Amino acid sequence: MSDTIQTTCPYCGVGCGISATVDKTHSHVTIAGDKNHPANFGRLCSKGFALAETLEVNGRLLQPQLFGQTSTWSNALDWVAQAFLKVIEQHGPEAVALYGSGQLLTEDYYVANKLMKGFIGSGNMDTNSRLCMSSSVAGHKRAFGADTVPGCYADVELADMIVFIGSNAAWCHPVIFQRIRAAKEARPALKIVVIDPRKTASCAIADLHLPLAAGSDTLLFNGLLAYLADHDAVDSAYIDQQTEGFSAALNSALATTQSTEHVAAQCQINSEDLQQFYQWFAQTNKTMSLYSQGVNQSTSGTDKVNAIINCHLATGRIGQPGMGPFSLTGQPNAMGGREVGGLSHQLAAHMDFSKPDDIQRVAQFWSSDRIAQQPGLPAVELFDAIYDGRIKAVWIMGTNPVVSLPNADKVKQALQRCELVIVSDCIAHTDTTALAHVLLPAQAWSEKTGTVTNSERRISRQRRLLTPAGEAMPDWWIISQVAQRMGFEQAFAYQTAADIFREHAALSGYENNGTRDFDISAFADMSDTDYEQLVPIQWPVNASHPHGKARFFADGKFYTPSGKAHFIAITPKPPQHLPDAQYPLILNTGRLRDQWHTMTRTAIAAKLNQHKPEPFVEIHPQDAKQYHLTHNGLAHINSRWGAMLARVQITDTQKRGNLFVPMHWTAQYASHGRMGSLVNPAVDALSKQPESKYTPVHISPYQPQWVGFILSRKALSLNHKDYWVKIKGEQFYRYELAGHDLPEHWPSWAQQQLGRLSSTPCLEYQDYHLGNYRTAQVIKQRLESVLFISRQKDLPERTWLSGLFSKPQLDDDEHRALLTGCPPLGKVDVGTMVCACFRVGEKTLVNAIKEQGLTTAAAVGQCLKAGTNCGSCVPEINVLLKRTLSVKTLP
Amino acid sequence: MAGMRTIEELLAAAPQAYRITVFGAEPHGNYNRIMLSSLLSGEKAMTEIVINDRQWYSDNHITLHVGANKTIVQIDRRNKKVMAQDGTVADYDRLLIATGSNAVMPELEGINLDGVLRFRAVIDVDTMLSYSRSHRKAVVLGGGLLGLEAANGLLSQGMEVTVLHNHEALLNRQLDKPASQLLQAELERRGMRFNMASQLKALVGDAKGHIRALTLEDNSELACDVLIVAIGVRPNMALAQAAGLYCERGIVVNDTLQTYDPSIYAVGECIQHRGETFGLVAPLFEQAKVCANHLSAHGVANYLTQPTATKLKVTGIHVFSVGDFQGDANSESIYLSDPNASIYKKLVIKANKLIGAVLYGDTGDGAWYQELLEQGQDIAPMREALIFGRAYV
Repeated sequence: MSDTIQTTCPYCGVGCGISATVDKTHSHVTIAGDKNHPANFGRLCSKGFALAETLEVNGRLLQPQLFGQTSTWSNALDWVAQAFLKVIEQHGPEAVALYGSGQLLTEDYYVANKLMKGFIGSGNMDTNSRLCMSSSVAGHKRAFGADTVPGCYADVELADMIVFIGSNAAWCHPVIFQRIRAAKEARPALKIVVIDPRKTASCAIADLHLPLAAGSDTLLFNGLLAYLADHDAVDSAYIDQQTEGFSAALNSALATTQSTEHVAAQCQINSEDLQQFYQWFAQTNKTMSLYSQGVNQSTSGTDKVNAIINCHLATGRIGQPGMGPFSLTGQPNAMGGREVGGLSHQLAAHMDFSKPDDIQRVAQFWSSDRIAQQPGLPAVELFDAIYDGRIKAVWIMGTNPVVSLPNADKVKQALQRCELVIVSDCIAHTDTTALAHVLLPAQAWSEKTGTVTNSERRISRQRRLLTPAGEAMPDWWIISQVAQRMGFEQAFAYQTAADIFREHAALSGYENNGTRDFDISAFADMSDTDYEQLVPIQWPVNASHPHGKARFFADGKFYTPSGKAHFIAITPKPPQHLPDAQYPLILNTGRLRDQWHTMTRTAIAAKLNQHKPEPFVEIHPQDAKQYHLTHNGLAHINSRWGAMLARVQITDTQKRGNLFVPMHWTAQYASHGRMGSLVNPAVDALSKQPESKYTPVHISPYQPQWVGFILSRKALSLNHKDYWVKIKGEQFYRYELAGHDLPEHWPSWAQQQLGRLSSTPCLEYQDYHLGNYRTAQVIKQRLESVLFISRQKDLPERTWLSGLFSKPQLDDDEHRALLTGCPPLGKVDVGTMVCACFRVGEKTLVNAIKEQGLTTAAAVGQCLKAGTNCGSCVPEINVLLKRTLSVKTLP
Repeated sequence: MAGMRTIEELLAAAPQAYRITVFGAEPHGNYNRIMLSSLLSGEKAMTEIVINDRQWYSDNHITLHVGANKTIVQIDRRNKKVMAQDGTVADYDRLLIATGSNAVMPELEGINLDGVLRFRAVIDVDTMLSYSRSHRKAVVLGGGLLGLEAANGLLSQGMEVTVLHNHEALLNRQLDKPASQLLQAELERRGMRFNMASQLKALVGDAKGHIRALTLEDNSELACDVLIVAIGVRPNMALAQAAGLYCERGIVVNDTLQTYDPSIYAVGECIQHRGETFGLVAPLFEQAKVCANHLSAHGVANYLTQPTATKLKVTGIHVFSVGDFQGDANSESIYLSDPNASIYKKLVIKANKLIGAVLYGDTGDGAWYQELLEQGQDIAPMREALIFGRAYV
């Protein structure tokens, strides 16, 4: 009794197809890559592969809650509708706001946007895509007249050069990276260039890495434009016929870049390397520029996008196979959000407030006389308005702004001050739900039904796998119900997701006539069955392109008034907040391989927590020395806006003067791990996207009196105000601890943290002179908990102890060795987890490399399977190979 | 035991040096006194605890005089002769005194009643065994090593056994409190009863002059058919004293085990060396080695008392302690405990050296700790793993 259902992954913008086998009798789901999905052809990354492990009901928000009390849906919806109406009546429509997410399905998004902009009559609907994609949107609009992604994934296999700019695709878009890696292996002549201040895992396949100074991208690409012009590498015919503004752009480029050497010096990179890149770019017709948050999250984000696009327009490399600028979107449905108009300056279906005709058209289509006339507030300003009290009521859907927005402590205060905070989410306890007055249980990924659009404009279905948990409902239903209760019964009388999709499709084609890129009017009349069976397809899907379209702009026609693409004259400018004596270092933020956003789902899957278990900061060895930091010690990082604690990782992959911290940790999993509280709130003037990758900070060692860890079969409610991090493992929870003050009595402190009775017999080891205290509880030979405390900062590896939680019974040797923290003789410690898919640790890998004489990642894969599933650990395996083999060959 | 071990060492070192005559008050060759507990508990038979039988004496050309009437009653130092109770006389060039110790007996009313025993010799064991067949209630006075071994032996013989101890912790001179508690709990689990921190006031006899009960300090009464007194020993130095040898708490010897008479040596529990007297076997063997070295005229060894490890000979109970396991203000303690497995360990460290250890339940590393302690090794580099045992260092 099992069904196989085709759906899509809910994580990054690659939008991989998933083949989920659901055992109906046991509600057990098995996840595999969908071999037929054009995004991934069967591949999945570690996160997607672990999806089945995130489906537990434990921790889900199961019932509506009003002020902490469980409520019926009917009550909760009535209450929300009335509360919204009251605020609107008293303070006007601008006093309410919706804040959505790239996690919402297109149908959910459409309904939310329609409610706010079409019927409440305010533009105050923004989304977390503001933090992620809005510079690309603005850049596309400036260059193409529309938010159009010109190319498609298939281009990566056709290209002769791929340039990653501000993208660590190896970790952030692993499957597209695997496709590129495979292409590079099949065709070593394919050149790979990585432009990134950090030497990321993506550099593993690069022919050239340009570790440019953070924020200097516009200069580098202005330099490229100048170089192309100087070396007759521009396509003059194309420039003349299909574009406008070239000479202004070139003049700007020439004015700001005297020579390649000058650019190299300004960007702090090797001049020959830059020369090499420029030369390759000039010579290689089939060049793709893949860019992501390193470009977008900047006060120059839009300029960076256009500086890149300028170079493609100048060479006419756009719209043809194997070439073009390509924005790798962060979220599974960031594109869908853009299509419905989820950003506050957008209206709907790629129509904007900037054109009165658009407003008129949408009002007409929606039959609304209340439509908003002007853009609403973008994310950062929207939360500022909440803080200031201009916005009185906010409804947050499927996102965690208390963690993810810049200056996140202010966001937290804003929500604390706000009269009415409504949160719909699938998870009960997040940093944001903690501040909500009303909680509405939304269906989770495995329960939802609808569509998403990936980075290459491909619309795919997400399909329900499991019966919804508790009383969870689809987001579109929740929003529609509130809308109906606010008096908009007719406009929100949807019965199914398909109803909404058809309306969305109809609007995209409404009075379009080829004037708007986004047109899926072919779906306007699709049947429920066709919707159910929809196969992945790239928009536009209309009468001209009934089967979709891989590439835009091959015909040289753009969506600007003149129909020509626009060059944008770029004047490079530095990031808004620059380092100074007090905050001398630059903080960069970003994703890790195995976590997603604020970890509300990925942290449930034990195996995804092993790769990087704690919030950390990467720092160059010389900076570490200068700031007295030690590897694996803790550091206190602070900026003008906030502070955090992180584990120090000293690495020369980091540029001097630059720090990197992961973006994921929340107050649910770490006491002081919210990087958002540090990040400056400066935004790009056009896109309003925050500069999350450039905040001046100061770093100093955090010197606790003691360090420790707990491994416990049960989740604990710690009573510890200093440093802690919670990490879910296989049948246990791990807590990393550090503290300022020494408890008066370790055994009673331990009892309190572990929730143990004082009479419970437990193993104990004490050496107060060394500051060592360790305890373990074993019930019927099964390990229940261990706690290790040390003043010496040297604790044993957690791997062996962690593994004991999977054993039904400890043997005598293991029991005896418990408080040593080390396996009894003859037992193997596998080391830090490298391959999350097959659970292969670093020590196992190193041993195999040494003993079996393995020299390639492929050989390692054959021997241990490591790296053969998602492949995202292959760069790390290569590092281990290099390190191990080089040690071996030393005399 | 110390005496005959000296003879064995001497025979090995200089087989032809002396014509040897041995006098013994017990009617056997020499046996392993340490094994008396096992004899009592029935785990060993007499034949198994004999060290040297009569044949061995004749094989080694040793003249052996044993039995109560062969007890030496006089040493004539001037003429270098000894005389036994039955008048047997032997002259000597060198005399070795190894008269051992006597049990300390409380000076209480009724102490001479029938059924009041000590635990020193095979005869005591034989008496206890015979009482165990005819009587039920045994009380052991003294919760030290000997007392607990006696109590355990009687328990194995099916008697109801109560240990009366004047301190709140058993083996209080060998163990710290947590180890004592574990020990007491384990013995209680086996059926032993305890009357802790209590003082014996009087012994009550029946009409036939056999012990019937004990009166305690709080005037409560404890039924008692057999009382084993095990509250300590005192060097047996009466003979030496009578011969005018210098004695304090024992026969005083120098580092070569020589008494104040250069022709007379003494070893074992009867001696006092540098202020110390002895009750455990390990130093005795060392004394035997040193003494034989001098008797055989090698004359190079010096006796030095090393910290002695405690072991309790009760089957299934593992106890070990050595050195200064209480520590002081300047020492540091390391603890490891596992109540479910009945394991407790404590190590005492001073100036990065191990100065004491108590082990309960898992004593496998006792010898190693003793070695570290005797060698005064710097334990700082292995301190963290130290208490988990040699396998983890």
